Amino acid sequence: MRREIPLAITFLIGIFMLVDFFVPHHVVSSSAEEMKQWGTIIIAASILLGVGNLIRVHFHKIRRRREGWGYSITTLAIMAIMFAFGGPWGTIEEGSAFNWMFLNMQVPLQSTMFSLLAFFIASAAYRAFRLRSAEASLLLIAAIIVMLGRVPLGQLMTRSWPEAVQLPNMTEVIMAYPNMAAFRGILMGAALGVMAMGLRIILGIERSYLGGEK
Amino acid sequence: MTMKLLRSLTFLAVVSLAVCACAQDARPDSSAAMSLDTVPPAPITCLEARDYVDNSDAGDKIHITWSLSADDGGGMSDVASYQLWRSEGAEAGWDSLGVAAAGQTSYLDETAEPGVDYYYGVAAFDGVNYSEQTSFGPVAGRTNFFQKTRVSVLVLMLVFFGMVLVFTKLAERGADLFVRRIPGLNAIEEAVGRATEMGRPVLYVPGIGEIDNIMTIASLTILSHVAKITARYETPLIVPTARAVVMSAAEEVVKEAYAAVGKPDGYNPDNIRYLSDAQFAFAGAVNGIMLREKPAANLYMGAFWAESLLLAETGFEAGAIQVAGTAMVSQLPFFVTACDFTLMGEELYAASAYLSREPKLLGGLKGSDWMKVLSITIMATGVIIYLLNPDNAFVAWFSSQ
Repeated sequence: MRREIPLAITFLIGIFMLVDFFVPHHVVSSSAEEMKQWGTIIIAASILLGVGNLIRVHFHKIRRRREGWGYSITTLAIMAIMFAFGGPWGTIEEGSAFNWMFLNMQVPLQSTMFSLLAFFIASAAYRAFRLRSAEASLLLIAAIIVMLGRVPLGQLMTRSWPEAVQLPNMTEVIMAYPNMAAFRGILMGAALGVMAMGLRIILGIERSYLGGEK
Repeated sequence: MTMKLLRSLTFLAVVSLAVCACAQDARPDSSAAMSLDTVPPAPITCLEARDYVDNSDAGDKIHITWSLSADDGGGMSDVASYQLWRSEGAEAGWDSLGVAAAGQTSYLDETAEPGVDYYYGVAAFDGVNYSEQTSFGPVAGRTNFFQKTRVSVLVLMLVFFGMVLVFTKLAERGADLFVRRIPGLNAIEEAVGRATEMGRPVLYVPGIGEIDNIMTIASLTILSHVAKITARYETPLIVPTARAVVMSAAEEVVKEAYAAVGKPDGYNPDNIRYLSDAQFAFAGAVNGIMLREKPAANLYMGAFWAESLLLAETGFEAGAIQVAGTAMVSQLPFFVTACDFTLMGEELYAASAYLSREPKLLGGLKGSDWMKVLSITIMATGVIIYLLNPDNAFVAWFSSQ
């Protein structure tokens, strides 16, 4: 029964959502909408599970003095501080301590992580564009054309050339044809993969996401 | 001298006043001109009203369409708006329904009573006169049980599901189904083996998608297989998650996998970790795990956004063997660049069948392949037919949504 009940729920909800796509009757659509809202509420409430896991994992780490246990103390302390300020004085109210800490600590830290992407892109591009094979050479040439074609310098460099070989126009051709063809090919394959997987899950053929095939 | 100047100025002032007065007399009286416009605009044509079917159909919407008055954008070009009326019977009085701007050719009546027969009237208005009213009816709103514009989707979906089920049955009966080699999936066991040899853990990142994302479900199916391999090899498996429900599901999947291979004691709940819902906080925390705990194999499977390269580049710098899989097309180039193997798009969804080699799952893969053949055939045919005649039934049928 431990396996059958989730499979039955999956089957019923999956079929109902399929029906909702083809049946426009307001009773069906409003019921489907209601179910989606339940899903959102359940997901939001599940944050408690996450908090529980976070406390347990870091508490064990501190207790067993595992490597890096100092970071665990910091994590738990910051979480406790945010809880302490968020509970009584609100979280999103302008001027509240929680909001101040969020805007002045968490947001800049996240922005810093995001900014690192520029350096990672540079190092990854260096490796990807090295002339090692015919394919890599092709990639390098296409990348140079697209990167220069997207900035004013590229336009300036080639404005006296015939229109078809001006870098911005060549960029458009690369993006609109070979790039788009590959993009759509992957997308369509993925869409069919999603449908096949969805069917396998609805019919209970695929059940390893429940923790085992049997 | 002063007197001369004064006289000249006075003369100029008198002349200016006289010119102004003449100009005032000569200017046509606009209100008089308005009242003189007694020519009504040309009436609208091709008026139609149809029951409107949307995604939440309660039978209370009727879609009215018409062709523009000849004086809207042409002719006198003086149409200001279109006035719409509604009546509950051919003999009943007309009630004002609404106004559509000039140039507009449709109006959605969202106040209809389901099942009531309505007549609709539309007239062009030029600011003074109404054109002759054009009427259409009766038409009633109905609650529909089928979205007719989605017939093509339904037919193709049924054909596809039929193919999957036929190949699944064939596979169950022992048919030999060929599935091409997917190097990325073969590399998973190799990567876990390498981690075992080095005595280091395996890191499995299921993406930052929620549990309702099909990529996350696909990732959990792969996690089940990876967990069985790590359980057999007795290699620690670390699964950091960005969503609490995914963490809960991952706990269940890994625990069951360890139990399935007879190693339930090998399961360590502290290795299934919830880190943060925030994208870059999660990325920072995973990077920290990579640098502190030094996993020898990093597996990224699921839905990834901008954090993909942050993770993959850090893993590369840490010297781990990396296998990634996602259907997020915009992130694939980053994974291809920074990882040793990448599962692209559909390969992520095929992983479970490929790794388990279970006939029933392989049947689904074959069904997908044949559907791809059918899709390519339909697209090629559609392109040829469209080039010959853009307004044909074949193209129209597949264009409906």
